[in-house]
Amino acid sequence: MRRYFGRKLFTYTLTFFIAATIDWLIPRFMPGDPVAGLMAKQGGLSPEGAAALAQYYNNLFGLDRSMPEQFINFWIALLHGDLGRSVYVHGRPVTEAIMGAIPYTLALLIPAILLSWWAGNSFGALAARRKWLDNTVLPIGYILTATPYMWLGLVLAFVLGFSLRIFPLSGGYGFNLEPALTWRFFTDLVAHWMMPFLSLFMVMFGGWAIGMRNMIIYELESDYSRYLEALGAPQGLVRKYAFHNAMLPQITGLALQLGVIVAGSLVTEIVFSYPGIGMLLFNAIKSEDYFLLQGIFLFIIIGTLLANFVVDIVYIMVDPRTRVGMRGGTA
Amino acid sequence: MTGTLNADTKMESVSGSPTNEPTALPAKKASGEFLYFAVRSKKFLVALGILIVLIGIGIFGPIIDATDPVAQNGIAMQPPTADPGNWFGTTYFGEDVFAQFANGLRATFFVGLLGGGLAALIGMAVGFIAGYFGGWLDEILNMVTNVFLVIPTLALLLVIASYLPSSWRGVPFEAIFIGLTSWPWAARAVRAQTFSLRTRDFVDLAKLSGRRGWKVIATEIAPNMSSYLFLTFILLFGGAILIGASLDFIGLGPHEGMTLGLMMYNAVTWAALNLGIWWWFIPPGLGIMATVGALYVMNVGLDEIFNPKLRDI
Amino acid sequence: MSLQVSDLRVYYRTLAGDVKALDGATFSIADKEIMGLAGESGCGKSTLGNSLIRLDGRMKYIAGSVNLDGNELPIWDKTGMNQFRFRDVSVIPQYAMSAMNPTCKIGKMTEELLESRGENFREIKPEFLRRIDLVGLQRDVLTRYPMELSGGMKQRMVMVISTLLNPSLLIADEITSALDVSTQRAVAETLVSFRDHGFVKSMMVITHDMSILYQIADSILVMYAGKLAEKASAEQIISSPRHPYTRLLVSSLPEVGVRFAERRLSGIAGRPPPLLNPPVGCRFRDRCPLATARCVEEPPFVDVGDGHTAACWYADTEVSAETPLESAGAR
Repeated sequence: MRRYFGRKLFTYTLTFFIAATIDWLIPRFMPGDPVAGLMAKQGGLSPEGAAALAQYYNNLFGLDRSMPEQFINFWIALLHGDLGRSVYVHGRPVTEAIMGAIPYTLALLIPAILLSWWAGNSFGALAARRKWLDNTVLPIGYILTATPYMWLGLVLAFVLGFSLRIFPLSGGYGFNLEPALTWRFFTDLVAHWMMPFLSLFMVMFGGWAIGMRNMIIYELESDYSRYLEALGAPQGLVRKYAFHNAMLPQITGLALQLGVIVAGSLVTEIVFSYPGIGMLLFNAIKSEDYFLLQGIFLFIIIGTLLANFVVDIVYIMVDPRTRVGMRGGTA
Repeated sequence: MTGTLNADTKMESVSGSPTNEPTALPAKKASGEFLYFAVRSKKFLVALGILIVLIGIGIFGPIIDATDPVAQNGIAMQPPTADPGNWFGTTYFGEDVFAQFANGLRATFFVGLLGGGLAALIGMAVGFIAGYFGGWLDEILNMVTNVFLVIPTLALLLVIASYLPSSWRGVPFEAIFIGLTSWPWAARAVRAQTFSLRTRDFVDLAKLSGRRGWKVIATEIAPNMSSYLFLTFILLFGGAILIGASLDFIGLGPHEGMTLGLMMYNAVTWAALNLGIWWWFIPPGLGIMATVGALYVMNVGLDEIFNPKLRDI
Repeated sequence: MSLQVSDLRVYYRTLAGDVKALDGATFSIADKEIMGLAGESGCGKSTLGNSLIRLDGRMKYIAGSVNLDGNELPIWDKTGMNQFRFRDVSVIPQYAMSAMNPTCKIGKMTEELLESRGENFREIKPEFLRRIDLVGLQRDVLTRYPMELSGGMKQRMVMVISTLLNPSLLIADEITSALDVSTQRAVAETLVSFRDHGFVKSMMVITHDMSILYQIADSILVMYAGKLAEKASAEQIISSPRHPYTRLLVSSLPEVGVRFAERRLSGIAGRPPPLLNPPVGCRFRDRCPLATARCVEEPPFVDVGDGHTAACWYADTEVSAETPLESAGAR
C-alpha cells in the first residue's frame, strides 16, 4: 500500500509541478505582451511616466531577468506563499484575495457534491428496482446531466429570483448588511447561497442517478447475484451486495468528474455574482489581472489534487480488492 | 448465421430466418443487423431526430433568416411574439435573437466537431500506442495522461485563452485548443480497450503473418472496437460543446461571430436577468442542452444496438 | 427422495419469437441416483437443469410439472420457489468461478447467506469447516476474497457452499468444462463422494463430456434439440445405445489406443435444427441414417425394453457398439 500511495503522491506532485510550470510558461510564450496590454490601459502618460511604469511592470513580472532566473524566482515565491499582487483588488496580495473568496466556493461545492452524490446514488439505486420510478428518473436524469451549469443557473435565477422573487439574484449577502455573527446575516447568507447551490446540485444529481442506475442493473445481472438468487437469498441481501459493488466505480467516477464540477461551479458563481473563486476569476480576466489569474489557477490545481487524493483514500478503504491486490494474491 | 442456437445464451441476435446452410459473410450481416436494430431503437431515432432538426436550423437557419446576428435593427428588448420578423425576439440592442441562435448553433456544432474530433484523434493515438506497445512507452504516456487527467480542463483553457490576443480568439482556434486539452479521458478509455484486445488470438495471428505495429492496430484492433471508438467520439463531441460554451460564457470566447455561449455571456453582462429578457438566454442554453442531451441518449441507444446484452425485449 | 419431471416445456423469449429450447421432458431420478444429462451445445440440457431451480431472465415456463419428494415445485413462481432453493434443490452453476461476490470475504458471504435463509451459522460452522477439509481446501479460505483463490479452488468452494444444507437434488451444470483433466477427475470424484457421504441425495450432472458421465453417473439421459432422446443406465448407454443419435454420438468418441490411421473419427454430419421453428416430427430425422417417412410423426419417449427409454420408432433394433452406424450425411 505504501507503494501505491507513493506512486499517487509522485503523480500528484508531478502534476502540480507541470501545472505550475505551464502557468508560468504560458504568458511568456503567448503572442502579445502582457505589459504592453497593461500599458495600453493607462492613457495620458508622459513619456517618462510611461517608461517608469513600464519599468515597474517589467520588474513586477520579472521580465527583465533571464528565463531560468525568472523560473527559480517564481518557485521561490510560490513556496513562500507569495503569488504576487493583484491589480483588480487594488494592490492587495493575491493570496489574500483568494483566501477571501475560497470560503464561499467551498460552502457551495462541498454540500453540493456530498448531497448530490448521496441523493443521486440513492435515487439511481431505487430507479433500478422500480419500473415506474425508472421511467421518470431516467429521462429527467439525462436532461439534467446534459444541462449546461450556467444555463440552469440562469433558469433558476429567472424563475425563482426574477419571476417569483423567492431568492435574491446576486451577491453573497445583501448589500445593506455587514458581515456579523447574527441570525439575520446567516439567513441572508443562506438565501443568497440557495440558488447557486440548487443549480450545482441538480446537474450533478442527474449524472449520479443515471450512473448508479446503470451500475446497479449491471451488478444485479452479474454472476454472483444470480448465484445468490439461485440459492434463495432474499432480495435484500442481493441488493445490498449489488449496491456496495456499484458504488465503487461511482467513487472513481467522482474523481474523474472533479474537473467538470470545478468548471461548473466557476460559471455558476458568475451567473449569480456569487463572491467565490469563480467570480474572482471572471473579474481577473476582465481586468487582465494576470497575477490573480495565475494564482487562482494554482489554487484550483491544488484543490483538485487534494480532492483526488481524498477520493483515492476513500476508495482504498471501500474496495478490499485494492488492498489484497497490493499484498499479492495467493493461488 | 446457421441454424445452431445455443439455448444457454441470451437469444437476442436471432434475425428470424432459419436455414440449414451457412448464410452470408459476417460483414454484410453485421451492417444489416445494425440497421435492423437501429430503426427499432426508440432512443436512437428520437435522439437522431433532435440532432437533425438542430443541425438543420444551424445550416439553413442563417440562410432563411439572413439577418446579421449583431445588426441592431429591431426595437430593443422585444419578446418573441411581438414582431413577426424576429421569431425569438430581440436583445438589449435590438439584435435578432433567432439569427444569433441559428448562427450560434453553427458555431457550436463546429466546435464540437473540430474540438471533439481532434481530441478523439489524439486520444486514440495515445491510447493505441500505450495500449498496444506497452512497456516504457506505456509508462510515460500513462503518466502524461494521468497528469492531464487531473488538471481541470477548463482551468487550463482559461489560462491559455486569457493570454491570447484577439486575433487568435476565433472559433477554430477555440476548437483546436479544446481538442488539445480534452483528449486524456479518451486516451485512457482507448488504452484499456486496446489492452484487452491485444491479447486476443487474431492479433497474434496477424503478428505471425508479418504485420507490424501500426498496421496491426489499424487493421485488427481498431475495427474490432469501432463501435466503442464511435461512442467515445460522441461523448467528446458533447464535452467539447459544453467546454466551449463555458469558455464563451466566461468571456474568453471569440470576439466576432456568434456562439451560444457568447449569447449567454452578453445576456448576463447586459443585465438580461434583472430586466427579464428571458428570450435572450433561454434559447441558447436550451439549444446546448438539446444537443448534448440528444448526444447522450444516442450514445445509450447505440450502445444497446451494438451490444446485444443491453437490448430491451 | 425422487424427482419426477413431467412434460416440462421451457422456451426462451426473443425478438423473433419463442425459441423452443426445452420441449417436453419427462423422466425421473431415484434416490441416491446420479443421472448424467448429456448432449451437444444447444440441446437444452442447461435449460432443463436451470429451470429446476431458477428461471433466468429470458426463460419462460410454458407447461409441465416438477415433483420433488412428493412436493410440487412451483418453478414458474420466483418467490414461491425460494423455500425449496438451497434446502431441497441446489445448484453448482456453470459460472462457479465468478459466483462469489468479489468484494466480500468468503466466510462472511456464506454467513450472511445462511443467516438470510434463517439458518444459524454458528451451528453449521463446524460441519462447514469439516467439508472444507474434505475437498482439500485450507480452513483460512474463509478469511480470503475470491480473487485470492485459483479457479479450481473457487470451484470446490462453491461445491461446498451449494451442498451445505444437504439438498435432496443437486444440479451440477458443466462443472468440469473449464478444468484440466486431472482436476476434472478430482472434481468428479468429489461429486460422487458428496453423494456417498449423504450430503446430497441425488444429482443431475449436466455435461457434454460423455466420458466423465461414464465414470460417475448411474444413468445417462441424452438430449437432442430440446427433446429427450434416450435414457438408460450409464453402462447401457455406452455399450448398447438404442437411439440412432446416441449410437452416432458414442461411436464418434475417440477411443484410447486406436489411432487415426486405423479408424477415422466419424462425426455426425449436418447441424441440429433451429429451435425457433423446429421441424415437424422427430428433430433428428434430417441427420439420421435410419430415418424413414414414418419419422415425420414424432416418436414418443417410451420404454423400449431392457431398461432403455428412447424416442425413436426404430429403437428396438438390436445393435451393439461394434457395428457402428454410418452417418448418412446431411439431407
